[in-house]
Amino acid sequence: MPRATKQRRGPIRVLIAKPGLDGHDRGAKVVARALRDAGMEVIYAGLRQTPEEIVRAAVEEDVDLIGLSILSGAHMALFPRVLKLLKEQVGRRIPVFAGGIIPDEDARRLRQLGIQAIFGPGASLDEIVKTATRLARGPA
Amino acid sequence: MTRATPLPARARAIANGDRAALARAISDVENGAPAAEPILRALYPRTRGVPVVGLAGPLGVGKSSLINALVGHLRAAGTTVGVVAVDPSSPFSGGSVLGDRIRLDRPADDRGVYFRSMASRGAAGGIATASREVVRLLDAAGFDVILVETVGSGQVDIAIRDVATTRVVVLVPHLGDEVQTLKAGLFEIADVFCVNKSDLPGADHAERDLAELAALGPAPDGWRSRIVRTSTLAPFGIDRLWAAIAAHEAFLDTSGTRAAAERRRLAREIVDRASDRLAHDLTERMERDPALRRLVDRVVARTLDPRSAADRLLVARSRR
Repeated sequence: MPRATKQRRGPIRVLIAKPGLDGHDRGAKVVARALRDAGMEVIYAGLRQTPEEIVRAAVEEDVDLIGLSILSGAHMALFPRVLKLLKEQVGRRIPVFAGGIIPDEDARRLRQLGIQAIFGPGASLDEIVKTATRLARGPA
Repeated sequence: MTRATPLPARARAIANGDRAALARAISDVENGAPAAEPILRALYPRTRGVPVVGLAGPLGVGKSSLINALVGHLRAAGTTVGVVAVDPSSPFSGGSVLGDRIRLDRPADDRGVYFRSMASRGAAGGIATASREVVRLLDAAGFDVILVETVGSGQVDIAIRDVATTRVVVLVPHLGDEVQTLKAGLFEIADVFCVNKSDLPGADHAERDLAELAALGPAPDGWRSRIVRTSTLAPFGIDRLWAAIAAHEAFLDTSGTRAAAERRRLAREIVDRASDRLAHDLTERMERDPALRRLVDRVVARTLDPRSAADRLLVARSRR
């Protein structure tokens, strides 16, 4: 069921979640705060979220966008699982971006699988906000 | 303007338990989208008036953790629960970080729970209006109990009064002067006081203070506020908290006050709705009609006072 994301009038709603078992959530919190300051409603789901919990939260919170943060190295196991569940369980396309320690080769593969943007250490908040806005609202 | 999906189908999907349809309708209500109206209209006759438990209290007293504990308690009994958790929007950026979901600890496949985070979005009265309708959608979607969490200050208290059938005010030991400042507001609307974090010293003292307050307080409808000590860390008291809430819900039925309270809430809602529309209409008229715009000029020039200008605006409206 297609839905007209661009016709929504409210603020962008974005889910920020950390799949996997690492406890390093500073990056995710900094990004959450930057997106808030850009006027978005950030649903912060926090640490140790399973792909199932992330997809469930995305549906219930009716988000326009999902941001995943991971530093455990398990991204090749967890991100594709999130994408698969989104495809199976959600009738609309929700863009996904990611951040963390992700080697270039993995990043290439993840982009092919459908992660729309990947940010590593040193990515600027400005760049992240711009990309998130574009992904949620489509090109201006 | 409106989404492509035809309307009765969307309302039907919600009544049939389609969570994505429910989620989208809640967004439409929050956004004031025209698409929400026919859905709300179609679903209203299906709402049953289920218990709506509001939790209010200062920041950091553990409302989200209590909600999670109550959800666990209710789910263990097979009761389905809809949760609405309201957090403030930034007055500067309009954005917000909605963090109450962090405390939710339920299996991802538990379809007996629906959790929705909501930003207050600033506008006075706006949050009350939207949360009333969101609660109604959850009711129509079939949840047995609805829990609403708000931050306990200013206009938000009013929201809890207008939405909840049972109001729980959550406090912690050693709130001290904070308690004094709350007396006039939240304290008057509490059906149940919850002293959370009662694993900390001072809980007995806080309970005693509240008991004295409850004994002094007027009980116009005959209900005397209950006080329950809880801890989500220890944990203890969650069963007693729910028992106190259930006792109030039962009291509403046995005393016959439920209908009267609902009538008051609905009357306020109708007036709120009508006021919103009237304000919108008057604002538009002022912008559109040059004669009415001149009223502003005259008030600016001090040749007319604001009250008289308002009279003329209302007269102009009633003439057409």
